[in-house]
Amino acid sequence: MSAPILVVEGLHGRIAGQQVVEDVSFEVPASGVTALLGRNGVGKTSTIKSILGLIDRTGDVRLGGERIDRLPTHRIVQRGVGYVPEDREVFGSLSVAENLRLAERDDRPRRELIERLFPDIHARRAQRAGTLSGGQQQMVSLARALVNENRLLLVDEPTKGLAPRIVDEVAAALAEAAKTVPILLVEQNLHVIRKLAERVVVLSGGRVVFSGSAADLLDDEARIQRYLGVATDESAHDAVPAASIDITEELR
Amino acid sequence: MSTVLLLVITGLGLGALYFLVASGLSLIYGLMGVLNFAHGAFLTIAAFLGWEVGRRVSDGTWWGLLLSALVGMIVGAIVAAATEYFLIRRLYERHIEQALVTVGLSLASVALFEGIWGTDPIYTAKPDWLTQTTEILGAKIPNDRFLLIACAALVLGGIVLFLRRTRYGLIIRAGVENRSMVTALGIDVRRSFTLVFAIGGAAAGLGGVLASVYYGYVSAHLGSVLLIFAFIVTVIGGLGSLTGAAIASVLVAVLQQFANFYLGGTGDLVVVIALAAVLLVRPRGLMGKVA
Repeated sequence: MSAPILVVEGLHGRIAGQQVVEDVSFEVPASGVTALLGRNGVGKTSTIKSILGLIDRTGDVRLGGERIDRLPTHRIVQRGVGYVPEDREVFGSLSVAENLRLAERDDRPRRELIERLFPDIHARRAQRAGTLSGGQQQMVSLARALVNENRLLLVDEPTKGLAPRIVDEVAAALAEAAKTVPILLVEQNLHVIRKLAERVVVLSGGRVVFSGSAADLLDDEARIQRYLGVATDESAHDAVPAASIDITEELR
Repeated sequence: MSTVLLLVITGLGLGALYFLVASGLSLIYGLMGVLNFAHGAFLTIAAFLGWEVGRRVSDGTWWGLLLSALVGMIVGAIVAAATEYFLIRRLYERHIEQALVTVGLSLASVALFEGIWGTDPIYTAKPDWLTQTTEILGAKIPNDRFLLIACAALVLGGIVLFLRRTRYGLIIRAGVENRSMVTALGIDVRRSFTLVFAIGGAAAGLGGVLASVYYGYVSAHLGSVLLIFAFIVTVIGGLGSLTGAAIASVLVAVLQQFANFYLGGTGDLVVVIALAAVLLVRPRGLMGKVA
């Protein structure tokens, strides 16, 4: 088995002085999709941001064996890390083409791949990204990460708030991307996780409480209930994410 | 009619000066969130050094003025870039310290300029045509207003072209919207910070030389006076909006001229009232983004 592309050991993250990631350790294999799971607010997004250096962090983070935890964000990304943030964060005042051009780091950006994966986005390249629908903005956000040849993709809740048809399109694009680049995926939709992920890492209270194969977790109803607070229901296409259950729990 | 026309064109000329200072302030705030109180110092040092070089080479001629403008822009750009690199860079996200440092630099620079060039205004010579007037519809318009308007229009066009046609312009436009996401695309946004300071400093430097043409003198307080109105313009236009700064510059300056003429010299007061009204009714300014 090849060495993991990402090794995280004892990662701590802070936002405005408050601990949001606490002693998190896990590995991301050099191929396939690894899902980072957990209930709302456990620190999944903060873990991704800590890895990227977007928030204050300490710990040991290695990309392909090289320590990156002391590098600024842009240097980490330049080493081959693509990032698809939660809530897309496209530049609304720029056109689709400008959003993509801004993201191009390589001498030979993979424009043909983007055209093939996202024909709708390609057709709208002159349109201002802020006027696109949520699904289209997500495609732009994904395209920005896929336009370069990366060694790892960090993808944060790519299906959040999207219609089921768009969820399928996003999942298909990620499946295509996963053929060539390992992905660390934060996702609430268990259907998407079942479709894409081979491994899962589950966070609770800012710490890792489960790490193993996706099947081991997803086939164990009791574990899913315990870690994610949600029951699986394949027949309902699993569009019900853990988040909605959490909100109900918080209201109790 | 001729009075109205005179007031409008004079207002446009003064607005051009405000814009040359406010454009840099607005870009710097938009990209970096820095309220740069030292911006007036860039203008003043550029005006003094531009005048020093211009008068030694060819005082009171077009060639001398052109040289002054070039020197002013270069000095403004260098001083602004150095300020960002040596002082501001260490203080990003520390807004109180930024304010303290830039206010301190502003006060110290005025004292320094007074020490070098004295406390009294130094009257400057300019090409003959700029001392004359042109009659339009009965109004005798001082020619220097046309120069100011043309220069500001060129600067506005140049900055817009730069922002729209270059990669750095693209980075700056994206950075104004979401700086951390630009970094997350693998771009060292700090380089753009220095560049934006340099562009703002160059515009302010040109503004300093043109202010000496408009007022007819250079003084250690030239930048401080214009900076106050440039801040007002920047806030009214919407912090971070270049277009907003351009529109607000014209509105504020024309309003100031009319109030000065028709309301007994109350131009400054009316501008401050306008600022208060905008802050109450539309706190993000005319073209500013929603917080």
